[in-house]
Amino acid sequence: MDTVIEATELIKRYGETTAVDRLSFTVRPGVVTGFLGPNGAGKTTTLRMVLGLNRPTGGTVTVDGQPFGDRPRGLRHVGALLDAHDVHGGRTARAHLTALAVGNGLPRRRVAEVLAEVGMADAAGRRIGGFSLGMKQRLGIAAALLGDPPVLLFDEPLNGLDPEGVRWVRNLFGRLAGEGRTVLVSSHLMREMEQTAEELIVIGRGRLIAAESLRDFAARGREPQVSVRTPDTAALSGLLAEQGAVVRAEPGGAYTVTGLPADRIGELAFAHGVRLHELSTCAASLEEAFMELTAESVEYAAGADR
Amino acid sequence: MTPLLDTAPARLPARLPPKVPVRFRHLLAAEWIRLWSLRSTSWVLGVGALAVMGINVNSAASNADRLADQAQRPPEPPAGVPDGPEFLFDPLHTAFVDPAWQLFMIIAAAVGAIVVFGEYTTGLIRTTFAAVPDRRAVIAAKVTVVSAVMLALGTLVSATSFGVTQMLLREHGGLSLGDPGALRAVVAGALLAPLCALVGMAVGAVVRHAAGSVVTVVGLLLLLPALFGGERYRWVKEIGNAMPLSAWQRLVTNPERAHDLGRYPLTVTEAWIVYGAWTAAAVAVAVLVVRRRDV
Repeated sequence: MDTVIEATELIKRYGETTAVDRLSFTVRPGVVTGFLGPNGAGKTTTLRMVLGLNRPTGGTVTVDGQPFGDRPRGLRHVGALLDAHDVHGGRTARAHLTALAVGNGLPRRRVAEVLAEVGMADAAGRRIGGFSLGMKQRLGIAAALLGDPPVLLFDEPLNGLDPEGVRWVRNLFGRLAGEGRTVLVSSHLMREMEQTAEELIVIGRGRLIAAESLRDFAARGREPQVSVRTPDTAALSGLLAEQGAVVRAEPGGAYTVTGLPADRIGELAFAHGVRLHELSTCAASLEEAFMELTAESVEYAAGADR
Repeated sequence: MTPLLDTAPARLPARLPPKVPVRFRHLLAAEWIRLWSLRSTSWVLGVGALAVMGINVNSAASNADRLADQAQRPPEPPAGVPDGPEFLFDPLHTAFVDPAWQLFMIIAAAVGAIVVFGEYTTGLIRTTFAAVPDRRAVIAAKVTVVSAVMLALGTLVSATSFGVTQMLLREHGGLSLGDPGALRAVVAGALLAPLCALVGMAVGAVVRHAAGSVVTVVGLLLLLPALFGGERYRWVKEIGNAMPLSAWQRLVTNPERAHDLGRYPLTVTEAWIVYGAWTAAAVAVAVLVVRRRDV
C-alpha cells in the first residue's frame, strides 16, 4: 500500500483541446513529490481531476484506492490548496475555516490550531478580502491542514510568498512528508522544486515526460560547469585545452570550463603559476534539464525561441 | 528506496479521532455559518423586510385616513351605478400590496441566487467541494438552510404586515386570522419568500454568474407573468397563471369581495399546486445541476 495517488491513462479534453493526454503516475507517501510542467501543461487540470472537481474524459485517478469524489467528506483524507483565491473575500479567516471544519464534523478548536500553525492567529478575525496573496496562501494551507489528512495537494503554493514564507513552506512540506504523508506540490519553476521535492513528476502538454527522483532528473542535465576568472587567459586556456576541457568565454570576462572539475583546474593553475581570481562550480542546472526536456511541449513560447 | 517509505499513514500523529462520523447536520451547521458570516445577508434581509412591512403599513395608514375622512360624509355611489360589493373597501388587500411583495420576491430571489453564485464567482465552490465531495449533500444543505431562514422571514413579514395593517384598519372592517381567506393569505405570503429564494438558487446554480443570475431570476419571477397576462388566447393566460406571482395574487385575494378574476381564473387549489411545483422544480434543478459539471 505504498501508492497513495494513482493516475491511470488520465485524459481530459475540452472540445478540440486535449489538456491531459493519457497521463499515468503514482505518488508515494513519505516524500515530497514535485509536479512540474510549463504553463498550460495540465497540472491544475490534473489536480482538479484528483479531487473530483473535474471529470476525466477517460482514465481514472484514485486516492488511497478510491476516487476522491466518491467520498462523502474530504478533509480527513486529502487536504488541498488549489488556488489561494478560491475563498469569499467577505468572510473572516475564522468564519471561512470554521464552515469547512464544521461541515466535515471536525472540532472547532482545529481552526485556531491551524491558524496558529500557519502564523495567522492574529488575522483570524479579519476579512479575507483584505489579505495579501501570501496571506491567502497561508490561509489555504491552513484549510488543507484542518483534517490532519494523510494526503496533501498544493498547486503553486509558493506564489506570492516572501522569502521567509518560502522557507517556512519548504520546512512544512518536509515535515509533513517526514510524518509519512503524501505531499504533491505543483510548480512551473524548477528552481522552486530544487530544495523542496525529492521525487519529480514532469509533464508537458498533458503528457508525462519524466517520473523519477530529483537526483536522477538532475543527472539528465548538462555536465557540471566551472566558472573561472583569470588575468592570464591565454595561459590557462592552453593548459585546460591540453587536458581536453572546453573553454568558453562569457560576457563579463569570466570563462566557463566543461570537462574538468574545479579542484583539477585549481591544481593545474597552481602548478603552472597561473593566477586565478575566481574559481567556482556551477551545479548541474535542474532548470536547464527541465527546459531541455520540456522544450517541445511548451504551450506558450516567446517568439524569439521558436 | 528511502527509509521513510515504510512510514505508513497509520502512524501519523493522532491529533484527531481516526474516524469522524458523516452527518447531514454538519453540513447544515456549515451553511448556517456561511450564510450569516457575510455581512450583506443580515443587511439585505433586514432592510428588505423593513421596507416591505413599511410599504404595507403605510398603505393601511393612508387608507385608514382616507376612510376616516370619507366617513364624515355619507357614502355616495357614482350616478347610475348600483351600490354593490365591488365598491366595498378590501382591508385584506392593504396587507398584500403588490409592489411591496414584488420587492420581497426580488430580495428573496437575489439572496437565494447569491448564496449559490457567490460560491462560483469567487471560486469558493472548489474549496467547498474539495472539502465535501458529496456535492448533492452540499446543495441540499444550502437549500434547507436558505428555505428555513426565508420561511422564518416570510412568516415574520407576512404576519406583521397582516397584524399591523388590520389593526390600523380596525374601524374600517379590519380582519382577524379567523376571517375567510385571511389565514390563507398570510400563509401564502410567508411561503412566497422561500419559494422565490429556491428559484433564485436554481437560477444561480445554472447561470453561475452574478448579473446574469439576478437578471434571469427577476425576468422569470416578475416579467414573465406580465408578458403572459393577456386573455385573448387561453394558453397565454394559462402560462401566466402558472407563475408564482399569479398564484400568490390568487391566494391573497379576499373571497369576501367580488374581485374580477378574469375569463380564465386560477382556482385556489391550482394556485397551491403552482407553489408546490415551482418549489419542487427549483430544488430538483439546484441539486441536479451541480452534480456533473466541472467546477
